[in-house]
Amino acid sequence: MSIEALPPAAPDRSAVPVLEVEELTVTFTRRGERPTRAVDGVSFSVAAGETIGLVGESGCGKSVTSLAVMGLLPRRGVQVGGSVRFNGAELIGAPDRTLRELRGADMAMVFQDPLSSLNPTVPIGTQVTEVLVEHRDMSGKRAVAEAADLLDRVGIPDPTRRLKEYPHQLSGGMRQRALIAMALACSPRLLIADEPTTALDVTIQAQILELLRELVVDTGTALVMITHDLGVVAGLCDRVHVMYAGKVIETADRHELFARPRQPYTGGLLASVPRLDAGRGTPLTPIRGSARDAIPWAEGCAFAPRCDNAQDDCLTEVAGSTVPLEYDGPGRELRCRHPLTYPRQTPAGAPSSGSTDSGSTSSGSTASGAGR
Amino acid sequence: MLRFTVRRLLQLVPILLGLSVLLFAWLRALPGGPAQAALGERATPEDIEQYNRLFGLDQPIWIQYLRFLQRAVTLDFGNSTQYGRPVTEVFFERFPGTIELTLAAMVFAIGVGIPLGYVAARRYGSALDSASVVGSLLGVAVPVFFLAYLLRLLFAVELGWLPGSGRQDVRIDATRITNFYVLDGLLTREWDAAWDALLHLVLPALALGTIPLAIIVRITRASVLDVVNEDYVRTANAKGLSAATVRRRHVVRNALLPVSTTIGLQTGLLLSGAVLTETVFAFGGVGLALRDAITYRDFAILQGFILLLAVVYVLVNLLVDISYGVLDPRVRVR
Repeated sequence: MSIEALPPAAPDRSAVPVLEVEELTVTFTRRGERPTRAVDGVSFSVAAGETIGLVGESGCGKSVTSLAVMGLLPRRGVQVGGSVRFNGAELIGAPDRTLRELRGADMAMVFQDPLSSLNPTVPIGTQVTEVLVEHRDMSGKRAVAEAADLLDRVGIPDPTRRLKEYPHQLSGGMRQRALIAMALACSPRLLIADEPTTALDVTIQAQILELLRELVVDTGTALVMITHDLGVVAGLCDRVHVMYAGKVIETADRHELFARPRQPYTGGLLASVPRLDAGRGTPLTPIRGSARDAIPWAEGCAFAPRCDNAQDDCLTEVAGSTVPLEYDGPGRELRCRHPLTYPRQTPAGAPSSGSTDSGSTSSGSTASGAGR
Repeated sequence: MLRFTVRRLLQLVPILLGLSVLLFAWLRALPGGPAQAALGERATPEDIEQYNRLFGLDQPIWIQYLRFLQRAVTLDFGNSTQYGRPVTEVFFERFPGTIELTLAAMVFAIGVGIPLGYVAARRYGSALDSASVVGSLLGVAVPVFFLAYLLRLLFAVELGWLPGSGRQDVRIDATRITNFYVLDGLLTREWDAAWDALLHLVLPALALGTIPLAIIVRITRASVLDVVNEDYVRTANAKGLSAATVRRRHVVRNALLPVSTTIGLQTGLLLSGAVLTETVFAFGGVGLALRDAITYRDFAILQGFILLLAVVYVLVNLLVDISYGVLDPRVRVR
């Protein structure tokens, strides 16, 4: 089943978002060092049955964003600002007990590395049942039966036997399924998946993604996918937020984003993906430098040092304000002074697929940017 | 599991053979001899010769060794030249004392060390944390005999709160069954004897337990600091488990794995005799017996005790390995 054929899970699911994040900031402070702002004014929202993607390179702040939403950041040396509302209730500054009651029950998370995310000395069964015991007041046999049922639902064969086994006895895909089973134990309204397929091989990746997709369809769970893998985005996400150096720099619907990336960084990400139809020997076009080359947003556009479209005004900031995230056509937002533009005909080499829609026009920038 | 255990037990054979050869050679290389020590410096050569003949010490060394070996396999290590009794008998009289002392010392070290290490880690960087780090450094650095004398001087001699020597007040006429004095007191319902024996354990246990305590604090602290940053602890928190469940099932359980190894090794070490502590407190365990045996060149006691203690040490380590498999499923032996 594809995303387009998704039946509405709630009558007006766009009206009340499950999760609303507004101007979220996370600052890490260490004694003797300058504070680092890992997340810098990030806003997004997810409705029931919707899947959004937070996309970016390592260190762009996407994982920290998810941990801040879950309230899982360490208390010491971390300042979280802005607002995170879950079903309308503010989570920032909420007491630890409230958060613990929500976590695992109404909002759950699946992590990147399934082996290190499971306790090596506790059987899988206990790690599943403890959620049921904690949040659904189950005990003993009922919890075990429910756990077996959960493992079965996420596609683990012979679940009763697996419950008694330890994480190291399971394969990588099986472990990730077990983690997903734990996250699903209480039918959460929000699921955050932080690069859930990174540690898995490709065939298993596809199975896990399919599992998550079915989950969204079947239960109307709001899903936040955190990933650097554009393939995952293409297969799963309704809306995509591209992050760079702690800020969202482009927001668009999936099709729009793949057809006409506007931020040169997004364009670069798409151009970095190897393509089968590109012909043998065609060199890949990576983005220059690394995320470490980013400059502070206060000094201009953080991506400017790596950007082919960068002009002088990208680095000279007016009145100390950063490049704003602005309306960029219906359903789109963009943080860029010199975005990629598209004429009526798609330029050769642009990472688009036969869209005839005219791109929005922006003055004074080069049309060839997308191809590079 | 069974094969693993059997293999480890078989490894004992070469260990004991090698050790016995070394022991034999080493003891006979010592200046003086059992005759000299037993008969005093005014003993005539005839006296010494007769003494040596009596204990078979006039034979060539390899014959002595073979005879020793022959009897040792039946747990007969000959008679002590000091006590004139079989070595094994003396051993089973003395070893319970050492076991009691070791248990008391380890109860102290574990009971204080693990909670202290845990709290220090959770309050990383606090005054309590710094104090525990410095304190544990001090605990390892202070010589045991010095600490033992200090404790004895303060609590036994000056304050008179606790007994400072022996395993039991001489005025108590206790019945002996197992030679575990505390246990004997309980078995025979001689409560005053049991209580008195327990009090006699306190000061030696504090002195002896200090080094294991310091090591346990450090390892627990380091281990907890590692584990709280593990991904699976984050997962446990993401599941919304109560703080107590996260602590018990996910932090402490894993943090104690390296600690359990240390506990096992330290226990084995203490069981092999705490010569210094037992000497200061005149505590009648194997440590004191070994010291006396060296003074009196009591070859039989030294040979027998050291070999028996080697067996104990290997067995304790085997137990540690097996228990590690129980605690950590990843190293479970099949």
